[in-house]
Amino acid sequence: MAAPTTVWLCSMQEFAVILVSSILINNYVLVQFLGLCPFMGVSNKLESAIGMAAATTFVLTLTAMASYMVNALVLEPLGLIYLRTIAFILVIAAVVQFTKMFIEKTSPLLYRVLGVFLPLITTNCAVLGVALQNTSKDLNFTQSSLYGFGAGAGFSLVLILFSAMRERLAAADVPESFKGAAIAMITAGLMSLAFMGFNGLV
Amino acid sequence: MIELISQHPIFAALIAMVGLSILFGGLLGYAAEKFKVEGDPIVEQIDELLPQTQCGQCGFPGCRPYAQSIADGDAINKCPPGGQATINALANLLGVPAPELDQEHGQESEVKTVAYIREDECIGCTKCIQACPVDAILGAAKLMHTVIADECTGCDLCVEPCPVDCIDMLPVEETIADWKWSTPAKPGQMIATDRRGELGSNTVQEDAA
Repeated sequence: MAAPTTVWLCSMQEFAVILVSSILINNYVLVQFLGLCPFMGVSNKLESAIGMAAATTFVLTLTAMASYMVNALVLEPLGLIYLRTIAFILVIAAVVQFTKMFIEKTSPLLYRVLGVFLPLITTNCAVLGVALQNTSKDLNFTQSSLYGFGAGAGFSLVLILFSAMRERLAAADVPESFKGAAIAMITAGLMSLAFMGFNGLV
Repeated sequence: MIELISQHPIFAALIAMVGLSILFGGLLGYAAEKFKVEGDPIVEQIDELLPQTQCGQCGFPGCRPYAQSIADGDAINKCPPGGQATINALANLLGVPAPELDQEHGQESEVKTVAYIREDECIGCTKCIQACPVDAILGAAKLMHTVIADECTGCDLCVEPCPVDCIDMLPVEETIADWKWSTPAKPGQMIATDRRGELGSNTVQEDAA
């Protein structure tokens, strides 16, 4: 059983390791293949990709925190670990709904651009993936939220890179049969290969 | 109570899930009040981009109703007074591709025009005054009318109703105050790979010639 202080603290080295591992080495999109729907769906335009990246990072961080608390304060003391998935879905749905309201108020334009993909963050498997992996790795609160944020930052990184490439691809001289989704898939595959290069970094 | 829960774990599960649902429901209810959106800000932004001629050529009674309709998903290419520039600005705002102007609603005029009433021919019927969407025509029944040139948006809605055809649309002459440099020609594309497509077609044409 960990001493109470270690629940909150997290050394500088650990901090860096968690961030690097969640952003680059275990990138949720390109290495674990979670959250591919918005990765393909909202990457047509750089601006909307940046908005989606920010919204997803926000949701991921908040979900990681909230799901840690629900797990540690409600599910484990009551011995309800088998309810994790459904409880986390509840948490995610609430956080996404909150984000949706927040964006609708602060940036109606972004709200319009993101359209159906905003409520669809609920079904983004990266979000549930982060919550479930955090509990299975037995992380403390700080580590969980860092993992959530790192996953969001990694998602943002690849989404923005990918949308920038797709903007270039839209103007490029692509063979007829590869136009549109096909070349996007190939590009994503090549990016994924490139991210394999980070394996063994830490 | 505690005994009941420890003996029947299903109660613990029920209480936990219902409790969580009520907690999140309460939070969301509070957030919904806190982040309440008044009106529709996107309509305001669209309305600002429209030329405010209120000419009705789009099929709506004015610019504001058309802005509302665009926000509800109508086509953005129904505004002849705004022309391609307005369509491009709207496309940019809404993040959709910019279509060509829909010719069904009228053609974009090359130059800005204002209405001019040949005053000695005017019979004072007030029909043009009723047609003017921006109240830019002065006059009364049986008295000569005239157009306030600064207020006129050049929508030409007053030309049709005039029974004696004494209204002309005159191009606005450039003065020193509003003269502008003409836009320079679009520079060639900077990146060689982007240019390859059109260069390729050029060489093909040259070969054929």
